[in-house]
Amino acid sequence: MTDKEILQSYLLRLADSDMILGQRLCELCGKAPALEEEMALMNVALDLVGQARNWYEYVAELEGKGRDADQLAFLRDAHDYRNLLITEQPNGDYAVTMARQFFYDVWHYFTLKGLVNSSDERVAGIAAKALKEVTYHLRRSSEWVKRLGDGTEESHRRMQDGIDLLWRFTGELIQADDVDQQIAAAGIGPDTAQLTNDWRGLVKEVLQEATLTPQPDDAWMYLGGKRGEHTEHLGFILAEMQFLQRAYPDAKVW
Amino acid sequence: MAEWSLYEVFVRSKHGLNHKHVGSVHASDPAMALENARDLYTRRNEGVSLWVVPSSAITASTGDEKEVLFDPSEDKVYRHASFYKLPDEVGHM
Amino acid sequence: MYAQLVETGAKRVRTLEEMSPEERAFQERVDAEIKIEPKNWMPDGYRQTLIRQISQHAHSEVVGMLPEGNWVTRAPTLKRKLQLMAKIQDEAGHGLYLYSAMETLGADRDEEIEKLHSGKAKYSSIFNYPTISWADMGAIGWLVDGAAIVNQVVLQRTSYGPYSRAMIRICKEESFHQRQGYQILLDMMRGGTEEQKQMVQDSINRLWWPSLMMFGPHDDDSPNSQQSMAWKIKRKSNDELRQMFIDQTVPQLEFLGCTAPDPDLKWNEERGHYDFGEINWQEFYDVLKGNGPCNRERITTRKKAIEEGAWVREAAVAYAEKQKQRAAA
Repeated sequence: MTDKEILQSYLLRLADSDMILGQRLCELCGKAPALEEEMALMNVALDLVGQARNWYEYVAELEGKGRDADQLAFLRDAHDYRNLLITEQPNGDYAVTMARQFFYDVWHYFTLKGLVNSSDERVAGIAAKALKEVTYHLRRSSEWVKRLGDGTEESHRRMQDGIDLLWRFTGELIQADDVDQQIAAAGIGPDTAQLTNDWRGLVKEVLQEATLTPQPDDAWMYLGGKRGEHTEHLGFILAEMQFLQRAYPDAKVW
Repeated sequence: MAEWSLYEVFVRSKHGLNHKHVGSVHASDPAMALENARDLYTRRNEGVSLWVVPSSAITASTGDEKEVLFDPSEDKVYRHASFYKLPDEVGHM
Repeated sequence: MYAQLVETGAKRVRTLEEMSPEERAFQERVDAEIKIEPKNWMPDGYRQTLIRQISQHAHSEVVGMLPEGNWVTRAPTLKRKLQLMAKIQDEAGHGLYLYSAMETLGADRDEEIEKLHSGKAKYSSIFNYPTISWADMGAIGWLVDGAAIVNQVVLQRTSYGPYSRAMIRICKEESFHQRQGYQILLDMMRGGTEEQKQMVQDSINRLWWPSLMMFGPHDDDSPNSQQSMAWKIKRKSNDELRQMFIDQTVPQLEFLGCTAPDPDLKWNEERGHYDFGEINWQEFYDVLKGNGPCNRERITTRKKAIEEGAWVREAAVAYAEKQKQRAAA
């Protein structure tokens, strides 16, 4: 891969992960456990889809094939999607929703913190704006993990189940592959070893405060999202999300 | 069942202005009240600072006490600068 | 209008002479256009009518998220998705502003929501119609939000202070909703394929009459209407508002290049208004009674969200309690 292709591949991970998690949160519209949470979830979803759009626009420019952000989002199939597997996991109960959000937010926060100092100015600019939003996402999801973990017996059980259910998808957040390493080496993305340490450190700290137990660092991990090898869920997400663009291929405007 | 309590929300819209009452939110604790207030009342960049106060902590005058509480200040014109007429020669004061 | 039939408990409007001194002072204050505030004395009928009206209005905002939520996962472009998400979020927000205004009257939000879930409280009939194509997102923004705005602009002058202030805030924020909807339709009519144009016309055909029903029944002799007008909770009659809406909407319809499913719709030079056909009132009352296409689905979804969220809300309270005890220890 050329440097440019590596950068595109890396940015698509960010874009697709934001997009798919945003889409999952959209599914919760009208179904949150309190009206105030309805506001908060849609707020996070709006931020994520907005960030996805920014990344897609940059990828489309780098690509220079005449594809735009919408075509990247709505006309690629699952094997071309590079989102982290955790983002495509179903909403489950609110404990699962918050566990997924928390694991992702911690990764997102430290990743963006690295990207803010990127040698690529465009990346640094998009990340700086996103970091403000994600700092708030992380604050909210950490608080919810603590509330549910250290709330009632039932909420503790559900929250621990949520952590256990999703833990196998967290390896992908912190295990660097070639693309991650080359991006870090080029000074574009965060230091991979530091990202791993930061993620583990903060997750353990919050879980401990929440009276929850993390799984061991060497637990088995489900990988593949970064290479386009997804769980069964993504196909259905895309079928719904891309329905109009696929059903009306001749439509030029919407 | 235990439900969330009511908090009154005050927003400072710009630096230099007072906090102004805008409405209320439900929350289980003050930290959540602050976040819910942020999500609800500052979606359009309306604020630089927020206060949340448990509604139960507010003591309000009743509207029907208006005469007793507020009418007496009506005739205390000497509290207003325009009451004091000075000769023009004094200039701006 | 989001509150279509509000019971006032009045058989007829009483004259000033028939009122107690307190009530008379209240009515004179209303007549003088001085806002009523939470701590002012008010007749019980006024309080109860407001609670019913504001809660209906709030429930409508919240239930109103669902027909749009049905398409937010399928919005065709990133721009349209973001716009729709922002609009839905506003609706949840407006529901909350209104519940907040309602709570200043001493009503409890959770109790009022319980009435919605048990079928005792009403919400706007419009949200019981299904959204079956993307064009419905346009037609809802244009027609449904358009009808709501006509009503809400007038309600900014309603006599109860907190309700009036909530309306002012809502009107300010909702100004983009109607444009957002109209633009969806206009873009498809101008640059869309034949299929897309048909989608727009079909959506208007389905949502035209239900939008007109939003203003509620004729208010010829209704004591409820007269009492609400006397209290200045309502500022204009249902029929006046409906006419205003039609007069402003028909030119926009023509600009789109679409038609309304009403053969009697035509400009009346003499009246200076559009004439239009009679609403199918049987359908209106059926939907209001719970027999619309989606009444059951809408309520089931809301009920499920709140019931299944009970453990979450309880956990938050338990956690707050523990934190308080730790801080005290």
